[in-house]
Amino acid sequence: MHTLTIAGLRRQLASREVTAVEVIEALASRIQAVEPQVQGYLSYSIENALAEAKNANLDLPLGGVPIAIKDVIAVQGEPNTCASKMLESYRAPFSATVIHKLRAAGAIPFGRCNLDEFAMGSSTENSAYQKTRNPWDLDRIPGGSSGGSAAVVAADEAFASLGSDTGGSIRQPAALCGCVGLKPTYGRVSRFGLTAFASSLDQIGPFAKTVEDAALVLNALSGLDPLDSTSLDIPVPDFTADLGKDIKGMKIGLPKEYFIAGIDPQVERAVRAAVDHFASLGAEIIDVSLPHTEHAVGVYYIIATAEASANLARFDGVRYGHRSTSGQGLLEHYLKTRAEGFGPEVKRRIILGTYVLSSGYHDAYYLQAQRVRTLIRRDFTEAFEKVDAIICPTSPTPAFKIGEKSNDPLAMYLADIFTIATNLAGLPGMSLPCGFAEMEGKQLPIGVQLLGKPFDESNLLRLAHAYEQSTEWHRARPAL
Amino acid sequence: MSQPDQTELNVRHIANLARIELTDDEATQFQSQIGQVLEYVAKMRTVDVTGIEPTAHAYPIYNVFREDVPRDWFTPAEALANAPHQANQLFVVTKVLE
Repeated sequence: MHTLTIAGLRRQLASREVTAVEVIEALASRIQAVEPQVQGYLSYSIENALAEAKNANLDLPLGGVPIAIKDVIAVQGEPNTCASKMLESYRAPFSATVIHKLRAAGAIPFGRCNLDEFAMGSSTENSAYQKTRNPWDLDRIPGGSSGGSAAVVAADEAFASLGSDTGGSIRQPAALCGCVGLKPTYGRVSRFGLTAFASSLDQIGPFAKTVEDAALVLNALSGLDPLDSTSLDIPVPDFTADLGKDIKGMKIGLPKEYFIAGIDPQVERAVRAAVDHFASLGAEIIDVSLPHTEHAVGVYYIIATAEASANLARFDGVRYGHRSTSGQGLLEHYLKTRAEGFGPEVKRRIILGTYVLSSGYHDAYYLQAQRVRTLIRRDFTEAFEKVDAIICPTSPTPAFKIGEKSNDPLAMYLADIFTIATNLAGLPGMSLPCGFAEMEGKQLPIGVQLLGKPFDESNLLRLAHAYEQSTEWHRARPAL
Repeated sequence: MSQPDQTELNVRHIANLARIELTDDEATQFQSQIGQVLEYVAKMRTVDVTGIEPTAHAYPIYNVFREDVPRDWFTPAEALANAPHQANQLFVVTKVLE
């Protein structure tokens, strides 16, 4: 049962072939079998899930479907560590809007998925608690920051999961673990109850085994939320409505700036083959240019760290979280509390963000980055006058080895080179499996990325579904 | 516009502004690592942005109001449930005045 898609599981639940309790039991035995190798969950409670399953309304769209949650999204009464020592003993006193929405659709929020501390990283190695393994090669990283959310779906320890994407944290791990990952348009999904990293970039979205499943979860998540003043009042369509429609005549842009030196040859070959496949399905492939792409990583690491330095100022050791017992006086209380509670990458980013906002440097770094951000957005606006979607790689390489980049933050930042501009422009993007790279005798998944116009997730899903249904990549499973 | 040089970065000073105490090892390591990131970012700083407005949000929206009516939220016990130190239904803070 654990290998089923949400759509398949729902058919069995709706026809009462299986019960929601049996689903949790099947999930529990799968977790028991493979979780010691994968280590994608920081915590989970089978007992709580069974209690919720007993009362599941199987007639709702996601009735009885457990969905794993990144440990940065609040579920009342559960841990919400953000993979940080700072929040080791914290219990969420409220639930995120997306959790209320999942429950309203009948789903069962399940477990807490590992991540890079406060979602800062591209490999999940920055977790203060454990290293999650890539199910396709346990010596390799699952990507990040939502590495746990990707790994548990790829390992069939979850039917789907939620992650958050600030600079690629859904799409990159989805690519490296061989699942579907979707970052919605900024404002499509409420951020209320998502621990803020960079508020102008963060967005919650699903990981799934198929495009249809991603659409089903997105249906439940989307919509205006009075508790998030940046969520937008835009009509929410049924995201499954256009699945199965043909894509003849749809225009897909191929940006030359995304096929650069340094991209792994096996990745480039697979993505170019995916482009050809879209053409064979009747899509028209058009060359487009996004000239400011080369500046996206620089802009991102200024803006994201600046926003993070402000957002993480809340961790003061007073209202919640770690509090040092060694400091004398208020200043030392802060200095020691934050030194003890945060890990190295979080400290680096807070310091960088504080620097670019500090007196004398604000204009040269932060304001400049915001202006270049305008140019990056404008590139996309102009490209989307000619095309319905843009196609490019999700990650320049397949999954790298655990430890390979941990001492080189800049190299790690460049792993996000193809996903970051999307967040700066607020656009929807998704990654879907498009092949495998062979490395040291292991098969490593490769992802192709589709980027869309604002609030045009439907067309992205339609394109992705047409590709998926005419290829076999999404059916492959790691040998665990 | 000022044109700071990354060598002006004083990690200890900035960490102090951010209220994070650094060990000597951290200070040395971060000085070099953040310095490398700033060198990388230098290219972005050369882009001509004359007449370009800054973007703070992809889809700016303004004046989001709600009705000014009371609503249920945390009880004092719920609000204090995660406090590392509390007394008399209050957060206990470190003494500020001598």
